[in-house]
Amino acid sequence: MAYDKFTVLRSTAVPLPTENVDTDQIIPARFLKATEREGFGDNLFRDWRYDVEGNPKKDFVLNDSTYSGKILVSGKNFGSGSSREHAVWAIYDYGFRCVVSSFFADIFKNNCLNIGVLPVTVSAEFADKLFAAIQADPKTEIEVNLPEQKIKLLATGEFETFDINEYKKDNMQNGFDDIDYLLNMSSEIDAFAASK
Amino acid sequence: MEKTTLFDKIWDSHVVKSVPAGPDVFFIDKHFIHEVTSPVAFLNLEKRGITVKYPEKTIATPDHNVPTVDQDQTIKDKLSRMQVERLRENCKRYGIELHDLGSAHHGIVHVIGPELGVTQPGMTIVCGDSHTSTHGAFGAIAFGIGTSEVEMVLATQCIMQSKAKKMRISVNGTLGSGVTSKDIILYIISKISAAGATGYFVEYAGSAIQSLSMEARMTICNMSIEMGARGGLIAPDETTFDYLKGKRYSPKGEAWDKAVAYWKTLKTDEGAIFDEELVFDAADIEPMITYGTNPGMGIKVVGNIPTTEGMEGSNKTSYLKSLDYMGFAPGEAVQGKLVDYVFVGSCTNGRIEDIRSVAQFVKGHKKADNITAWIVPGSREVEKMAHEEGLVKILEEAGFELRQPGCSACLAMNDDKIPSGKYAVSTSNRNFEGRQGPGARTMLASPLTVAAVAITGRITDPREVFEN
Repeated sequence: MAYDKFTVLRSTAVPLPTENVDTDQIIPARFLKATEREGFGDNLFRDWRYDVEGNPKKDFVLNDSTYSGKILVSGKNFGSGSSREHAVWAIYDYGFRCVVSSFFADIFKNNCLNIGVLPVTVSAEFADKLFAAIQADPKTEIEVNLPEQKIKLLATGEFETFDINEYKKDNMQNGFDDIDYLLNMSSEIDAFAASK
Repeated sequence: MEKTTLFDKIWDSHVVKSVPAGPDVFFIDKHFIHEVTSPVAFLNLEKRGITVKYPEKTIATPDHNVPTVDQDQTIKDKLSRMQVERLRENCKRYGIELHDLGSAHHGIVHVIGPELGVTQPGMTIVCGDSHTSTHGAFGAIAFGIGTSEVEMVLATQCIMQSKAKKMRISVNGTLGSGVTSKDIILYIISKISAAGATGYFVEYAGSAIQSLSMEARMTICNMSIEMGARGGLIAPDETTFDYLKGKRYSPKGEAWDKAVAYWKTLKTDEGAIFDEELVFDAADIEPMITYGTNPGMGIKVVGNIPTTEGMEGSNKTSYLKSLDYMGFAPGEAVQGKLVDYVFVGSCTNGRIEDIRSVAQFVKGHKKADNITAWIVPGSREVEKMAHEEGLVKILEEAGFELRQPGCSACLAMNDDKIPSGKYAVSTSNRNFEGRQGPGARTMLASPLTVAAVAITGRITDPREVFEN
């Protein structure tokens, strides 16, 4: 199912320097009971964002109006733990289109690519640079250029290149997904299954 | 001939096609589904106007959000009920085998797969659940996937993934008394961190691993994901074959002999190269417990919580945030701390061997007054055996509450929640913030350690209780 095409994204960013953010924090298990992919953004980071009475916690970054944007810059080992794709649905539904970290958990990264959220892995130094720049000026813009595989701090022009395989890059740029690809090779799969 | 690893042999024989500068089109032999990560996948099939390609290769059971009491009645929670009903509808519509609530083989998906003999050496197995790595204990490539991939498997029996790097972790020597396979894996994760194997598929080897039962091997492979690994596997051997013989879906007669002959070929060639090799000595491993909010934050039960020495920046901030959540201070001992709940269960330690070891340990004892003790069998089969072997009676006399099968307090999607601020020592796999309920403080340990904690009411080294 096609998703939004991703080429060049220019946006302010939300900083979340915490390390080892697991998918239980991104969306707690008790909010996984839906049978449709709707409304998950409301519960993004639920227990960090709201207290038990449902009041916003002032010290959490999503409740700080200083920060906004379509890019989430996070601490290392982001998205560890449960394979729940709901975590990425929540990130997407909230409005993020790109997550930047110096280290992503495997399944989370795959899930991102499968629904059209771009995971950008940067060096720890560049991640620190991004955090510092955003904190110094929350309105600072970051450019994520997928065709050129570049992430740039627009104010200073500092940039880093990032890896993505050609196949996934092509999918993201064109809004294709893996099922489109797999359905086109149905007979090859049948032949393979028959040979086993 | 090129020397290859067990992982190579299975992976390479399941590649339908390698996409140039892209992932492999990877064929899946068995697909497990449950109520939480499958409904949107089925919905998308419908939206695309396509069907399930090989329904006989998928097996379903509701486990994540089911209640663990009154399973013969309608599920009270509306959303949970809807998910379970949707699973039933989807299985009926597409002809998928369902082990429903109350049926003889209902249970946690990673417990029933092996029990039924669905899980076999050499297979590729996926499920929309990260603990699918459990099945690697049989010498299978098994790993968790997201819902988009669940949809891919339903529609095409394939997913598109790049082959992981290879790591071998050897544990050699003999385990001390009171030390279990849970301690082995908590020890390994504490050494290499919760992200230490990210990007790798791990083969566990060495004499300490080979000496383990299938149940114990499953505990180890189960937690591979907790160090970031895509999955973990162990070469099949006589222990594996003995376990599988006579299981419902195991091959029979001549087919069995043929299967065993093939399974015996499933091992890493001597001299095969891994991208990373780690070696541990079983004698260094003691009963382990976690003190923080990721499974890498583990120490021996008799140990002290690490100080912040050498930590700085976001590393230190994250560490202190974690200890603050747990109500602990750097440098202090955990032994002797009061505990409120114990939980025995989950796909990590909810099998019959786990229940046997707890029962044997608590026999003739009573749980401490400050402890609420829950024991949740991983499946109906486990529950039945526990009754037949008299374990339930022992546990109930010790003050444990036996509940019905399901994931239960491991992730607290149902009502089995640890209250905010309370401490639970748990045989499950994750100590993340809020994992066992909002505000709950989880400490992961082996069934033996959990049994010792239940009796004393405090963090206790099981070897001390043994000796007395």
